[in-house]
Amino acid sequence: MSTETTYTDVNETHDEHDHGDHKPTGFLDRWLFTTNHKDIGTLYLIFSLTMFMIGGAMAMVIRAELFMPGLQLVEPDFFNQMTTMHALVMVFGAVMPAWVGFANWLVPMMIGAPDMALPRMNNWSFWILPFAFSMLLSTLFMDSGGPAAGWTMYPPLVLQTGTSFAFVVFAIHMMGVSSIMGSINIIATIFNMRAPGMTLLRMPMFVWTWLITAFLLIAVMPVLAGAVTMLLTDHFFATNFFNAAGGGDPVMFQHIFWFFGHPEVYILILPAFGVISEILPTFSRKPLFGYSSMVYATATIAFLSFIVWAHHMFTVGMPLQGELFFMYATMLISVPTGVKVFNWISTMWQGSMTFETPMLFAIGFVVLFTIGGLSGLMLAITAADFQYHDTYFVVAHFHYVLVPGSIFALMAATYYWLPKFTGNMYSEKWGKIHFWLSAISVNVLFFPQHYLGLAGMPRRIPDYSPQFADFNMISSIGGFAFGATQLIFVGVVWHCVFRSKVKATAMVWENPRGLEWTLESPPAYHSFTTPPEVTHNMVRHAE
Amino acid sequence: MKKENTVIVALAVLAAIIAATWLILVAPALSGNEINMTRGVTPQSADHFDLHMIVLWICVVIGIGVFTVMFTSIVLHRKSRGHEAAKFSHSTKAEIIWTIIPVLILVVMAVPATTALVKMEDSSGAVMTVKITGFQWRWKYEYLDQDISFISSLDPTSNAARQLDSGIEPTSVDNYLLDVDHPLVLPIGRKIKFLITADDVIHSWWVPALGWKRDAIPGFINEAWTNIEKPGTYRGQCAELCGKDHGFMPIVVVALSEDEFEAWVNEQRTGQRQIAQRGTTP
Repeated sequence: MSTETTYTDVNETHDEHDHGDHKPTGFLDRWLFTTNHKDIGTLYLIFSLTMFMIGGAMAMVIRAELFMPGLQLVEPDFFNQMTTMHALVMVFGAVMPAWVGFANWLVPMMIGAPDMALPRMNNWSFWILPFAFSMLLSTLFMDSGGPAAGWTMYPPLVLQTGTSFAFVVFAIHMMGVSSIMGSINIIATIFNMRAPGMTLLRMPMFVWTWLITAFLLIAVMPVLAGAVTMLLTDHFFATNFFNAAGGGDPVMFQHIFWFFGHPEVYILILPAFGVISEILPTFSRKPLFGYSSMVYATATIAFLSFIVWAHHMFTVGMPLQGELFFMYATMLISVPTGVKVFNWISTMWQGSMTFETPMLFAIGFVVLFTIGGLSGLMLAITAADFQYHDTYFVVAHFHYVLVPGSIFALMAATYYWLPKFTGNMYSEKWGKIHFWLSAISVNVLFFPQHYLGLAGMPRRIPDYSPQFADFNMISSIGGFAFGATQLIFVGVVWHCVFRSKVKATAMVWENPRGLEWTLESPPAYHSFTTPPEVTHNMVRHAE
Repeated sequence: MKKENTVIVALAVLAAIIAATWLILVAPALSGNEINMTRGVTPQSADHFDLHMIVLWICVVIGIGVFTVMFTSIVLHRKSRGHEAAKFSHSTKAEIIWTIIPVLILVVMAVPATTALVKMEDSSGAVMTVKITGFQWRWKYEYLDQDISFISSLDPTSNAARQLDSGIEPTSVDNYLLDVDHPLVLPIGRKIKFLITADDVIHSWWVPALGWKRDAIPGFINEAWTNIEKPGTYRGQCAELCGKDHGFMPIVVVALSEDEFEAWVNEQRTGQRQIAQRGTTP
């Protein structure tokens, strides 16, 4: 490859006093007080995997209770606590920190920076999270029980939560602080610390999607904080923001919540778009198709995400004009999303593909995310939504975009970059077993839920009419299989980090593009202490 | 394309279509379960069903198109077959085409979607009004023109069976979780307006056969309407999480012919008068 000569290993050029592998020695110094982006990235990823298992265990409780009609295992109130906590833990504890973890590891290495722009704040934004989630999870053991009003926390119902409500609100505030600090850090890093020659339109797609995601986070996390604070004062200080009897408006909460909530779902998925745009070109051995339209499509999706929020609440009784506006705006989102899917397929088209585990997960993502996107288009149609709304059809839709969407992209990213992070290759055989079992079981788990919703099963119910029994049983079997399969993932990661004897090369894959592949595997503790010079043919979308 | 390649692509596409058809149509049909939205018994439910089917088929066609191209590529353009990677990285023409075509498809979908919505939101010309109030965890129905009101709760047999470890087999209970003590009785062939509200938390009144759900919100009165075309018993459930017994506040609508409905109204009025004379509240 002619381009390889322009890759420089900066570790050869640094001076003696700034040795790249100088790590703090003590355990606390290394992990608690760390300001190193790689260590903090690792902490985020471990935290996220832990939360994924806890949230997954809650999902197992839900699917076990729904295995057959009648109540066999838990009381309805505990069931509601499980659905509420499952969502909060998965959204704020598993997916978001996982993306921040990858951003911490990759953004500096991808733009040729030595570290994040604000390393101490980076430490703080991570170390808030274990406390926030300990507090959130502790509510399950309180006398009043955990929150049971759904992760959407609609008043007046949520105001019936007991004293644990204050802990929930405080935990959400802390998560918000952590996310905002993480976003500020990512924006500051991307804007100020790019290596010479790394212009904005040369940045890898993962950096672009994270930049846009960070702006979404900064815009909406304060909105959520405001909404839950109003709930807090309504609950404990006799204000009437959402209390109709006191002149307040319960529907206003839903507008505020979803003004946060809709951009939030793109926060979960945009970095996934970035990861897929990194992986498909590598294993297709072709440049990413339509790089600039990918950037514009991402920005368009982000903009539209601010003006579609009320499609989550078509049944609250909005005026016709409002319903029409939100329907049309929502339908429009399918245009930039379609552009992305078509560009991914064009990237694969006429390539020279191989199917290592990251590629399998990436292809699984494109197929199953598209199914979730198409059911999303159906849900946008307001009149039909009067039937779909709050049924298992919705549950199937958002799990298709989040599980084989965001989670598959996270798995793909893990298999793709873990050899770079650790210097060891994972077991390709077990990775493929993990993929195929996940891909099959996730469909057994969620596809029948479309039927359940269309046939009339509402969501968030602990028990159901026997007419829904067959598909619930199939879905539960898929759920248990999917849950068990993720233990294989933990095993593969464990093996790769601690046991694998196969060393990864610097490139790991066959000629991947991007600055991170110019570093050793694993990279030095402090990489790019002198910035690399970036030229056009080093970037991902170079022809 | 080489002949051998064509055969492989054809087989792969065939396999994908068979798998998809089996998953989407055959397997559910064999199970004997309802898998699609109901066509219902009102003009709205028929509209919403038609709309659902139009959009569903558009999505299925788009999906099959996209996946066919993708899997063709996966079968043909692999390194193990010795396929050399092409070098192209953009095509303005292609990108304009796949921006404009989706927009046109959306416009086609928006027309029936708008018509159905405008119809749904027009409750004018109703000849009868029923006020629905959601409580934790029952419904109250007030016939504003007939001066009848009652509360409708989960039927006691279901209620006994649904307790944790009740030992009662749900399948042994008729209409388990979908039966009430006092159903909402309505006449067919009349445009009926509903005023929907709640007393404590937000609920949502949903009978799939009527074609819509509408939230019952404390402090708000939402409007909706129906015009049932066929006599029968139609069942639904609360659709908005409203606390621990959210899954246990079903809705039953009994649609009667005009005459039967009038007879029912008279019977109720006599009954309520007797209760009032005895000095108890209805």
